Amino acid sequence: MVEMNMIQSLNSALETMLEKDENVVIFGEDVGYFGGVFRVTDGLQEKHGEHRVFDAPLAEGGIAAIAFGMGLNGLRPVAEIQFADYIFPAYDQIVNEIAKLRHRSGGEFSTPVTIRTPAGGGIKGGHHHSQSPESQFTHTPGLKVVYCSNPNNAKGLLTSAIECNDPVIFFEPKRCYRGPFYGDPHNVPTWKNHPKGEVPEGYYSIPLEQAEVVREGDACTVIAWGAMVHVCEQAIKDSGINAELIDLQTLVPWDRDTVVNSIKKTGRCVIVHEAPKTSGFGAEMIASIQERCFWHLEAPIIRVTGWDTPFPHTTEWDYLPNPERIAEAIKKTQEA
Amino acid sequence: MSDKDKSGMETYVVPDAPFRPGDTADFGGKWEEKPGDLNRPDPATCKTEDTVEHANGLIRVLNDDGTASGEWNPQLDANVLIKGLEMMMRLRIFDDRMIKMQRTGKLSFYMRSFGEEAVAIAQTMALDDHDWIFPSYRQPGAQFVRGRDMVSMICHCIGNTEDNIKGRQMPVHYSWKEGHFISISSPVGTQFSQAVGVAMASAYKGEDQATITWLGDGTSAQGDFHYGLNFASVFKPPVILNVVNNQWAISTHKNIATGGKNFAARGLSYDIPSLRVDGNDFLALYSVTKWARERARAGLGATYIEVYTYRAGAHSSSDDPSRYRPGDEFKCWPGGDPVERLKEHLIKIGAWSDEKDQELTEQIDSEVMAAYKKACEYGDLASGPFPPASTIFTEVYEEVPWHLQEQREELGK
Repeated sequence: MVEMNMIQSLNSALETMLEKDENVVIFGEDVGYFGGVFRVTDGLQEKHGEHRVFDAPLAEGGIAAIAFGMGLNGLRPVAEIQFADYIFPAYDQIVNEIAKLRHRSGGEFSTPVTIRTPAGGGIKGGHHHSQSPESQFTHTPGLKVVYCSNPNNAKGLLTSAIECNDPVIFFEPKRCYRGPFYGDPHNVPTWKNHPKGEVPEGYYSIPLEQAEVVREGDACTVIAWGAMVHVCEQAIKDSGINAELIDLQTLVPWDRDTVVNSIKKTGRCVIVHEAPKTSGFGAEMIASIQERCFWHLEAPIIRVTGWDTPFPHTTEWDYLPNPERIAEAIKKTQEA
Repeated sequence: MSDKDKSGMETYVVPDAPFRPGDTADFGGKWEEKPGDLNRPDPATCKTEDTVEHANGLIRVLNDDGTASGEWNPQLDANVLIKGLEMMMRLRIFDDRMIKMQRTGKLSFYMRSFGEEAVAIAQTMALDDHDWIFPSYRQPGAQFVRGRDMVSMICHCIGNTEDNIKGRQMPVHYSWKEGHFISISSPVGTQFSQAVGVAMASAYKGEDQATITWLGDGTSAQGDFHYGLNFASVFKPPVILNVVNNQWAISTHKNIATGGKNFAARGLSYDIPSLRVDGNDFLALYSVTKWARERARAGLGATYIEVYTYRAGAHSSSDDPSRYRPGDEFKCWPGGDPVERLKEHLIKIGAWSDEKDQELTEQIDSEVMAAYKKACEYGDLASGPFPPASTIFTEVYEEVPWHLQEQREELGK
C-alpha cells in the first residue's frame, strides 16, 4: 500500500491499465502533454507515447464519437470530459450510440468505452463547474454508472470500469481529489493518514455493483455517493446516532443486497446526493427500497439533496447538503 | 406589417427549393462539366490545394453518349462492370419487392435507394474486402457487394425470428459484422464522426484497413459532420468521408442545409483533399473511391467526397414527395439513371445487350421472390413469429444485471 491522493490513485489506475492492456488509449481535452487540468493524466503521455495518451479537439461530441469508433474496432478507450457540466454536447453519442450499440446490433458490435468526468461542487465553480448529472445517465439503459469517493475506491473502480466490456460513465468528485470533504469549507484536510488514502500500488480492482459499508450501525441507513459520503460521515458523528453509512460506489447496477439488508436491520433510511432533488437517483433508490423493504420501514425515508435550482457560485454552501441538514434528517427518522 | 415595413431593413433569408409541385423542373438538361475536364492527381503526392478544381467541378467518366473517357476512367474489366450492374439491378428489384411488402403490411417501414444505387455499390467495390463500411440508411447496397444473403436481409426488415438483430430496430437498420458492415443508427450523422474513431483504431493497430462512411446533404448540418471532418483533419486516419448530396432531406431542400454553393468545397477548409463526383456515374464513383483508398493505404489520411446525385424516390415509405416537389423532377436530373447509364455503357462496349438485361432481370426477380418467400417462413409482421420477448432484456449489457433480470421475470416470458 502506498499513500495517494485521488488524483494520484486515478493516475495509478490509468498507468496500470496502460501497461496491462495495449488496447487502452486515453484522450480528452488537455490530457496529453499537459496531463489534464486536474493532473490526473500527468506523465502518462511521456511514458506511453502520444498515440496512447493524447489531446483531443475541444469537442465533447467528437470525443465521445471517436471513443465509440475506437471501442467498436478493438480498442479500450478512456475518454475524459473535463467537467461533467460539459458532457451534454456528447449526450447523443453517449445515450443513443455508445449505450445502445450492443443491443441494437443484436450483440454483433459493442464498445467498451470508459468516460471519466470530474463532477460535483465545493470548488467555487458556479453552475457550470459543479453539477453532478449522474441521474441523467442512470436513466439510460446500456450504461453502467460509477461514482468514486476516495483514493482507494477510485483506483479499484476505475480499473474495473476500463476492464468492463460495457460502457461506463465514471464520475470523480473533484472536491475530494486532494482530500476528503466533511462539509466544512474551512476545514481542508488532505488524504494523508486517512485509511482510504492507502492504495495498492500495482493492479487493483473493486467489482462494479458492489457498495461499501463505510460505517456499521443499527439505528438508520444513510446512503450516499461521491463527496457526500464524507459529509454523511461527519453528520452521523454530529448526530450522535448509531447510523450505518453505505457508499453506493456503483449506481447502475446498484448493490441491492447490501442496501436491502442494511435497511431491514435499521428500518430507517436517509439518502443524500448533491444533485437536484427532483428525479435525482435518490428518488429511484427510495422507490426500490419501499418495494423491497416496506414492511421493515419504521419511518418515512428522507432525502437530503441539492436544491432544484441551478448550482450557485458564492452561496454553494447553502446549496450542498451539509452535516447539519443530514444530521437533522437522521434524527427525524428516529422520531417515528 | 412585416419587419421590413417597420424598420426599412431586409429581414433574414429563407431559401426555397428551385422547383415545387406544379413547376416544370429544369436543371439545364446536361451537365456542363465533361469527362476529361479534371485531371487525376497522383494520390501519393496530392495536396489539398491540388483538389480545389475537383471540389468545385464535377468528376465524370461516362459521357452523355455512354462512352467512358478521361484520366479518371478506372479502365475496369467488363466483367467487373457487369457485376456492378447486376448488383444495382438487384438492389432496385429488392427495394421494389420490399416496398410491396410494406404496402401489404408485411413490413412496418422501408427506405429505397432508388436513383442512388451506384453510390454504395461502386464505392464498396472499390474498397478492400475487410475495410469497414459505416453506412447511413441509404447504403444497404454495400451488403450485396460483400455477399450478404438476401433472406437474412429480409428477415431483418421483417424483424422475425431470424432477424440477426432480434427485432430491435426498424427495417433497413442492418448490422452485419461478418461483412464489416457496421450497425446503422437512426439519429442522422452520428456515424460520420464515429467512423473517424474506427479508422483511428485501425491505424493504431497498424492495419491496412480503411473506413468509409456517408451522410446526406441535410445531415451535413449536424455537429457530427464538423466533428468528423475536424478530427479527421487533425488525426489523419484512413477514412473516406462522403456527403451524398441527393438534393432532398425528406422535404428539406439542400438550400436549407447550406448557404454555400456546394458541399465538397467545405472539405478544403479542413485541409482534406476534396472531390465532387457525379453520383450517377458508376465509373466515376468507383474511381474516386479507389483514389481515396490509395491515399489511405499510403498513410495520407482522410479524403472527403461530395457524391452529387438525386433522390429519385420518396425519403421512406412514410413520405409523399408529391407534396413538396414536382413528380417528374428526377426525370429532369442531368445525371440520369445510374443503372441505365452503366447498362448503356456496357452495351456500347459490346459487353451487354437488352436480351441479357432482360434475362438477368427475370433471374434476379425470381431470386428476390424466392428469398422473400423463404424469409416469410421465419415470420412476417402481420402474423409473426417474432424473436422471444426475452430478447428485450439481453445484450443491453454483456451480462443481464439483477434489475433487468427482475423486470424480465415480471414480464413473465
